[in-house]
Amino acid sequence: MTVPEPLPAIVLIGHGMVGQRYLEALAERGATATHRITVLCEEPRPAYDRVHLTSYFSGRTPEDLSLTPAGFMERHGIELRLDDPAEHVDTAARTVTARSGRVVPYDVLVLATGSHPFVPPVPGRDAPGCFVYRTIEDLLAIEEYAKTRSSGAVVGGGLLGLEAAGALQGLGLATRVVEFAPRLMPAQVDEGGGAALLRTIESMGLTVHTGVGTQEVLTGQDGSVCGMSLSDGSTVETGLVVFSAGVRPRDQLARAAGLAVGERGGITVDARCRTSDPRVYAIGECAQAVDGRVYGLVAPGYEMAETAAEDLLGREKEFTGADLSTKLKLLGVDVASFGDAHGTAEGSLDVVWSDSRSGVYKKLVVSPEGVLLGGVLVGDADAYGLLRPLTGSVPPVAPERLVLPAGAGAPVALGPSSLPDTAVICSCHNVTKKAVTACATLAEVKKCTKAGTGCGSCLKVIGQLLPAAAGQGLCGCFPYTRAELYEIVRTRRLASYRDILDGHGSEEARGGDGCEVCKPAVGSIIASLAPALGASGYVLDGEQAALQDTNDHFLANLQRNGSYSVVPRVPGGEITPDKLIVIGEVARDFGLYTKITGGQRIDLFGARVDQLPRIWARLVDAGFESGHAYGKALRTVKSCVGQTWCRYGVQDSVRMAIDLELRYRGLRAPHKLKSAVSGCARECAEAQSKDFGVIATASGWNLYVGGNGGAVPRHADLLAQDLSDAELVRLVDRFLMFYIRTADRLERTSTWLERLEGGLDHLRDVVVHDSLGLCDELEALMADHVAHYRDEWAETLSDPERLRRFVSFVNAPGAPDPTVRFVPERDQVKPDLAVLTVGGAAR
Amino acid sequence: MTVELEVAGGWLTVCPLSALVPGRGVAVLLPDGSQAAVFLDRAGRPYAIGNQDPFTGAHVLSRGLVGRAQGRPFVASPLLKQRFDLESGRCLDDEEVAVRTYRVRTAPAP
Ligand SMILES: Cc1cc2nc3c(=O)[nH]c(=O)nc-3n(C[C@H](O)[C@H](O)[C@H](O)COP(=O)(O)OP(=O)(O)OC[C@H]3O[C@@H](n4cnc5c(N)ncnc54)[C@H](O)[C@@H]3O)c2cc1C
Ligand code: SF4
Ligand code: FES
Repeated sequence: MTVPEPLPAIVLIGHGMVGQRYLEALAERGATATHRITVLCEEPRPAYDRVHLTSYFSGRTPEDLSLTPAGFMERHGIELRLDDPAEHVDTAARTVTARSGRVVPYDVLVLATGSHPFVPPVPGRDAPGCFVYRTIEDLLAIEEYAKTRSSGAVVGGGLLGLEAAGALQGLGLATRVVEFAPRLMPAQVDEGGGAALLRTIESMGLTVHTGVGTQEVLTGQDGSVCGMSLSDGSTVETGLVVFSAGVRPRDQLARAAGLAVGERGGITVDARCRTSDPRVYAIGECAQAVDGRVYGLVAPGYEMAETAAEDLLGREKEFTGADLSTKLKLLGVDVASFGDAHGTAEGSLDVVWSDSRSGVYKKLVVSPEGVLLGGVLVGDADAYGLLRPLTGSVPPVAPERLVLPAGAGAPVALGPSSLPDTAVICSCHNVTKKAVTACATLAEVKKCTKAGTGCGSCLKVIGQLLPAAAGQGLCGCFPYTRAELYEIVRTRRLASYRDILDGHGSEEARGGDGCEVCKPAVGSIIASLAPALGASGYVLDGEQAALQDTNDHFLANLQRNGSYSVVPRVPGGEITPDKLIVIGEVARDFGLYTKITGGQRIDLFGARVDQLPRIWARLVDAGFESGHAYGKALRTVKSCVGQTWCRYGVQDSVRMAIDLELRYRGLRAPHKLKSAVSGCARECAEAQSKDFGVIATASGWNLYVGGNGGAVPRHADLLAQDLSDAELVRLVDRFLMFYIRTADRLERTSTWLERLEGGLDHLRDVVVHDSLGLCDELEALMADHVAHYRDEWAETLSDPERLRRFVSFVNAPGAPDPTVRFVPERDQVKPDLAVLTVGGAAR
Repeated sequence: MTVELEVAGGWLTVCPLSALVPGRGVAVLLPDGSQAAVFLDRAGRPYAIGNQDPFTGAHVLSRGLVGRAQGRPFVASPLLKQRFDLESGRCLDDEEVAVRTYRVRTAPAP
């Protein structure tokens, strides 16, 4: 018998953004199979997106922020120990001791311990009410404490401080920022940029003190924070203090282990990210790179992670430094700086455009030969995506033309086509223009190069570089397909049509009104992602109202004479006599034509716009909800009577149909969705002609997908068999969300399934076997949908503002539209088409 | 600000500007019993055309979606989706068809 060689052991300390990137880099290179990997993680949760931490306050949950794909650790055999920080490293014995007492031996040790917020040594800094801003736990604590206070202060007016200030303001606190330097964001912007930033931030209602230090945190009788005294002698009241005065690398473990550290902190590493002990690497914010810098940004950290992974495999890659480009969305102000923003290079010259009325400041730094060296953009950072890749070359137009606003005499004629092939378009993943243009679609770019999958700030330029092949995009306004737009909206968390059009629309469409094709499509994308975007799920809020087709706009179906039909939800087709009577009474009182539909519901026709609220008030009162017959959304889940009544039935098809209908009600999709559940193989509910259909078996449920009635009928395909209730629901969740994410505009599940590369097998791989590692995300999106569902009509009726649109005439709100008239037919009404014969039209 | 429409008898005040959502329309009942559709584009410019859709006869143009093609604003009928130029009333999908247009302006509220 041969004893297998033990695999070499890698121990990673710190599971932050860079630590996770390192693990992925190992996995991509197959190194997870040849090494035993242990991760010691101090926080109670696996790695998450710290860069977007603040979006927690705009509705993203800690799960949304997760960076660790579901099942990743299991798949790669990595042991992740949460809540168990490393306490001691012994480089001679090659062991790490964790807080739990466990001693883990290593062959290779990787330190990715990040940094910790620096809290200046002022008296009172430990009082209850003092916080730092680094982890999800910090945010949860701030959020909890803020409930008991009405004001807050942030110490530090840098990038994070302003982000934290925006968050405090969002929590409803009167917020002030105290910055020691003479301007905000001293590290990124120069004096002019700081002034533009200051004006804009003050106009948002924040109080800013620059050039003053914090001397003491004052506490009240109960010992908690009540104010601060400042170096200018003043005292300000505040209920809470967040320190954001910079970060310090967490190098204590390394120091104690005798590894070399820099003078101002940071574990010293060489170009291959190795510390003074060649078996130990340090990457990310805890490391001091070979250029003597400690990088506080994620992109350089990612590159260090790749470098260390390559080095482990004996390949050559060096990290010798990175530029400090950043683009931020602070409190709604665009700020970007890149390259040599401060003009420190010898003989460099500035080109500056500043308009303090609009809070716009742009500065470019150029060499005497005209090479673009860097710049600062405040208030309008649109050009960032183009300027950053141009850094280091002579721009094709004079620099002043790059900073003047459009319309100020010198339109910027510069398009991304003028970039050199070697220009780096995506700095998160170091992807050049050449690599981007080698791809045909955004999906391909993401798959082949990873560009655009990090911070997303390069998506716009990528979009402009891709061929806008006619017929490929959604419409003239967008060069993207619906699925691509969905990804853009999702990754960039855009909930505003204007931002989407202006940022990602075709050149001609920007700043315009869009069109009738993309508006509803974008409206639907926003609606189906609303909880994840932190947007209002109510489809008629604010700007979303202007995106909806008339059906969605009036929450009813427009009929040929300008009247509307009303369809209350009847889940599973089951209805009580009392409810039937209410529908009958409403129809009688408003003179509506009634018809039982093909989907087991009752349609009420012939309502005028101004009658809709009164009709719905009665229906809602009686317990009815909107049936979404107007939307591209789930319509009905039909059912047969199943086991309860039918002598053949083997499962309770009514119960299941009701559960499914209630679960997916209100779900916006590329096309309307229908479903059915049959209680046995006799299939009385016709489930196989539905987008998803369920047929009972003796041991569970069979799930069919991609069926279609309509003009091009298609029998559904069997996706999975003999499922339990819970398995069925989970599969349908995944199936629907995968469809919503990847289908084209107005593409039914049947055509989508036929178009899908690999067809049914691929679909099964994705939703049953989780081949793309997407399933957790898909389920989470659905869980969000279910949790946030609210009946649209109940919401509408509760708000007089929303009800105001339900009039026939804006100048005569009480008057009915005289052209909506009816004549009798078979004891009911039908439209009087005679009154509609065209009068004044020049036909 | 209010929105005013020019009719035979002069300028008719139809509604406060705030009643209009950019990208959407409202219907207006005119003194002679006919109907106009008034829209606001994204730049805040008002437009007015007849409310009747010449293809179906229904008075529904005010309920269509507003868009812009080749720099010109249009509304797409909510029934069969033909598009009408908001400035000239011409149908962009059928040269022979047009709807009437009205002069429209915004004025400070009296
Ligand atoms: C609010 C906020 C906004 C930001 N915005 C941006 C931005 O817009 N752009 C940008 O580029 N960067 C931004 N950053 C910085 C970015 O988040 C960091 O550069 C990045 O997270 C660094 O990754 P890291 O893995 O080195 O450190 P971290 O992500 O901090 O991870 C380090 C991990 O190590 C753990 N750890 C420490 N010691 C031990 C130990 N002894 N044992 C076990 N575990 C340990 C820590 O608990 C932590 O989880 C932002 C940071 C914050 C806080
Ligand atoms: S499908 Fe089966 S259970 Fe349902 S009604 Fe028909 S025969 Fe009965
Ligand atoms: S620059 Fe961040 S994803 Fe491309």
